[in-house]
Amino acid sequence: MNKNKPKKKIVIIDYGMGNLKNVRNAFNFLGYDAEITGNYRHIENAAHLILPGVGGFKDAMLTLKQKGLIEPVKDAIAGGKNFLGICLGMQLLFETSEEFGHSEGLGILKGKVIKFDEEIIPLIPHIGWNDVEILKPLKEFNGIENKSFFYFLHSYYCVPEEDIAAAVCDYYGKFSACVKKDNIFACQFHPEKSHTAGLTLLKNFINN
Amino acid sequence: MLAKRIIPCLDIKNNEVVKGINFEDLRSAGDPVELAKRYNDELADELMFLDITASHEKRKTISELVRKISENIFIPFSVGGGVSEIEDIRNLLNSGADKVSINTAAVLGPGLIDTAAKKFGSSTIVIAIDAKKIGDEYIVFTHGGRNNSGINAINWAKEVYNRGAGEILLTSMDRDGTKNGYEINLTSSVVKNVKIPVIASGGARDAKDMEEVFVKADASAALAASIFHYEDSGIIPIKKYLKSKGINVRL
Repeated sequence: MNKNKPKKKIVIIDYGMGNLKNVRNAFNFLGYDAEITGNYRHIENAAHLILPGVGGFKDAMLTLKQKGLIEPVKDAIAGGKNFLGICLGMQLLFETSEEFGHSEGLGILKGKVIKFDEEIIPLIPHIGWNDVEILKPLKEFNGIENKSFFYFLHSYYCVPEEDIAAAVCDYYGKFSACVKKDNIFACQFHPEKSHTAGLTLLKNFINN
Repeated sequence: MLAKRIIPCLDIKNNEVVKGINFEDLRSAGDPVELAKRYNDELADELMFLDITASHEKRKTISELVRKISENIFIPFSVGGGVSEIEDIRNLLNSGADKVSINTAAVLGPGLIDTAAKKFGSSTIVIAIDAKKIGDEYIVFTHGGRNNSGINAINWAKEVYNRGAGEILLTSMDRDGTKNGYEINLTSSVVKNVKIPVIASGGARDAKDMEEVFVKADASAALAASIFHYEDSGIIPIKKYLKSKGINVRL
């Protein structure tokens, strides 16, 4: 075996947004190694790629750009790598966000990211455990009961243009909790903070 | 629908849980990592960790403990106790905390809330308010309940919300440790005046107290320390009771 060649592995993309260690902790607990890195070569060599993130959309896009990660991420997705977007990492996949008026996203998925309506919703951000309704029987949901609770923490949500919603969440109206398109799976909730249901989803993602 | 949260709190001093322990099981009860794992398994919706260690070595020891706990639980994890500056918050988040709670430092310099919320996001900043009824008014106390700040607690809650706090941890000093139930009037007054979740704390004895604070005061979460250690008031039995009363909980 060529020792210089990196192993195919789980890579968590580090672009300075949010708590990446807790995503790695969850994989470690499940018995998998996962690397947190912002190095594009490691991204190229990943078998499973995770884009996590907590924070602002605009800052996140700016940081991805500064770190030269936009093209490697797009290439990895176009090349068919198993890709998981979590929370902000889901939102970034879309074309635009209305955060600070208008921000450009990665544009890999068609649609936009909009803010919860303050006129209708008494508590924003949406913080806490909300049940999730599964729409499509994907492998990612194996062993997860419909209407299981997942942990959410966000003020914006994704509005896909295509029929890619795989699960929805009802918080004063339904929004996409999970989307699936080809090799992309993304969730608005935090699987790494969603106890058994979340860990099951991460395990299914790796075993896909 | 969003579930009401049940949050066990670990009060930590010198790496040991110091409050809220039935010493039946000495081996594991004092070990915060073991207790955190147990609460994670028993369907706690979040874990609150309050460090009351007072020493110069504090920052190092707390980081290590936060790291160990975060590697073993897969629910949201909030940490507080003596947080006084941005560096403290960064240190705790880097160690594995999901949220950081600030108490005295926010009262002494409210600008810290704005700075912290901008830097780390509102959702990671919890403001802890210790309130005591004096006359007809609820007053904010600081320094672990020792100092009367003279500030009206409802006004302070509105201010921390406007400055960008993501959640309020509201403790009634009059009820804390009494097991007489949550202070419904205080909790309800704060809930009505802010648009962020309020975690009720102080006075819980059993599931009925939690039902009351959810139904009468519309708190988003109920926090307690000691009661969860006893089997008949474990988290799962409490949640089953709440569900039977029509309250949406994660089970």
